Amino acid sequence: MSFHRSVRGLAAALVVFGLGTGMAGAAEITGAGSTFAYPILAKWADVYKTKTGTALNYQSIGSGGGIKQIKSKTVDFGASDMPLEPKDLEAAGLVQWPTIMGGVVPVVNLSGLQPGELRLDGPTLAAIYLGKISKWNDPVIAKLNPGVKLPGTDIAVVHRSDGSGTTFLFTNYLSQVSPDWKKDVGSSTAVEWPVGLGGKGNEGVANFTGQTDGAIGYVEYAYATQNKLTWIQMANHDGVFVKPNLETFQAAAANADWAHAEDYDLVLTDQPGKNSWPITGATFVLMQKAQDNPERGLETLKFFAWSYANGAKMAEELQYVPIPENVVKMIEATWKRDIKSSDGKPVWTAAR
Amino acid sequence: MFSEDSATMDRPEEVATRIPSGLKLNLPFRWLTAAAAMLVVAALLAMLAILAVDSAPAFRRFGFAFLVTSAWNPVTDTYGALAPVTGTLVTSVIAMLVGTPVAVGVAIFLNEICPHRLRDPLAIAIELLAAVPSIIYGMWGLFVLAPLLGRHVYPALIHWIGPVPVVGALFQGPPFGIGTLTAGLILAIMVIPFIASVARQVLGSVPPMLREAAYGVGATTWEVARHVLIPHARRGLIGGVMLGLGRALGETMAVTFVIGNAHRLSASLLHPGTTISAVLANEFTEASGDLYLSSLVALGLILFAVTFAVLLGARALLARADRRSV
Repeated sequence: MSFHRSVRGLAAALVVFGLGTGMAGAAEITGAGSTFAYPILAKWADVYKTKTGTALNYQSIGSGGGIKQIKSKTVDFGASDMPLEPKDLEAAGLVQWPTIMGGVVPVVNLSGLQPGELRLDGPTLAAIYLGKISKWNDPVIAKLNPGVKLPGTDIAVVHRSDGSGTTFLFTNYLSQVSPDWKKDVGSSTAVEWPVGLGGKGNEGVANFTGQTDGAIGYVEYAYATQNKLTWIQMANHDGVFVKPNLETFQAAAANADWAHAEDYDLVLTDQPGKNSWPITGATFVLMQKAQDNPERGLETLKFFAWSYANGAKMAEELQYVPIPENVVKMIEATWKRDIKSSDGKPVWTAAR
Repeated sequence: MFSEDSATMDRPEEVATRIPSGLKLNLPFRWLTAAAAMLVVAALLAMLAILAVDSAPAFRRFGFAFLVTSAWNPVTDTYGALAPVTGTLVTSVIAMLVGTPVAVGVAIFLNEICPHRLRDPLAIAIELLAAVPSIIYGMWGLFVLAPLLGRHVYPALIHWIGPVPVVGALFQGPPFGIGTLTAGLILAIMVIPFIASVARQVLGSVPPMLREAAYGVGATTWEVARHVLIPHARRGLIGGVMLGLGRALGETMAVTFVIGNAHRLSASLLHPGTTISAVLANEFTEASGDLYLSSLVALGLILFAVTFAVLLGARALLARADRRSV
């Protein structure tokens, strides 16, 4: 608590001494966690600061770190790519809601293949990551790719070596489409990989995949396009091959039944719909239900309310899928219901 | 008498009034230096204590099995240190096997053979290797060395040595270029300046009389190096190797880039593996779960113990070498 206050004191001091924005009432809100959410949070925060003078200090230390920090109340909010289960939220006195959605894309390094040329389905992808398929010209892969010339090289499986929300979405998807994967490996931000090379961060996976002949890896969509990696088509829940792009992410996101997901505990992998990209997911924000400092809590909620109302276009520019408006209304209702100051009054009062 | 007495009594007082500034500062100064030394020792002990306390849950849960199993599964919360510990030792041994001969060769060349004019520039160039940040080694390893080895060297190793019984098991699998051997080779380059610098010192401390006498009876440079210099400086050389080993054991970034970060034990050096410090660098930030975190701290404690033992050994050997050369 004293740290909390001293941070605020420091922020106030900076403003007083003219190091802040110089605008009246300028404040700073602090957050920590997900690296997945960092690009869009940074973008929103940048614009938000010029509009309101309130700055966001966000440390992208990873979802695990974000959860730890919000539990110990050293930040105003935490961000995690893996939703916490209702019982964990209850135990820690936290409330969570989704901020943004995005897609994870398998990428390959096979000479002569164009992006989108190779097609895989979930069980095949799982078999590759289980080490059961180890050559590119395996009959199972060949059957999915009639007419594509596949080399007889070894498949170099590349995965994340650090704990990651991207890994959570990827392994969660594999668990849904492959009983073997579910039984032997499971889904988490870090798992015991049966085969493969581990690269640190999306960059690490992108590098290993780009450098190693015959490699297959998985990255957030933006990294695939930025690094000009050869992305592949995936068969979705309906058995239709789809390309990864904003449209197919949105199709998957449209299925999300947030209204019936307790505490928004919802993962969007393997969604039905013929256009749905199968490895889609949301990233979440966590806050303390009991706000010892309601004004600070309100500032934080204002930032997210503003982001939902004004940040959709920025999100799409960065290849994220914004949260639909009806869900935003639900989220604001959740704020009103769950986030209270110490005297029991709801912190969020504004009706948009 | 009186006047004399008073005079003799006056003088010490005078002296006393002149000295105090030094006396006054002397005691605090002594305390200050003692405090500085104590601070370092206290920090060391504090680190050890924290490591011991935080790793206790992992050791309590897994016991001795933590050291001898290689499961590393955050999903089921089962952890074992065998894979990273083995990886740490194997990469360091490769680094020593490759780095030591090169470093001793460098030292002998600089001390015995190199023209005087070239000696200093060369020595500085080699010491500059030690100043290259390890992340640069890592990036160079990932972008240059790994693809080079993967495309041109490892396929040949797999083809020629792979089928040989016993030794062949070390060189099997697909040639990705990323793996334990690549990490060991990067480490070898990184430890060369350390070993070479110690080797130059201990070889230089061989009494000139011995060296001159050997040359005098017609020994060649090879014979002098082989039968006089190296045997005489043997202990110091081992100490230098141990210093290099200490560095190799703890190296993090360069290894993380090229080792492949896989928690698996495999006989082949071409397969991806991991080391203790690489695991820590990779997994600490997102380790969610207390047992997970505790297991990581336990790995840190093991690394601490290994490195500490190696450095103690190095110091002991170097100290004895010093005594002998005096």
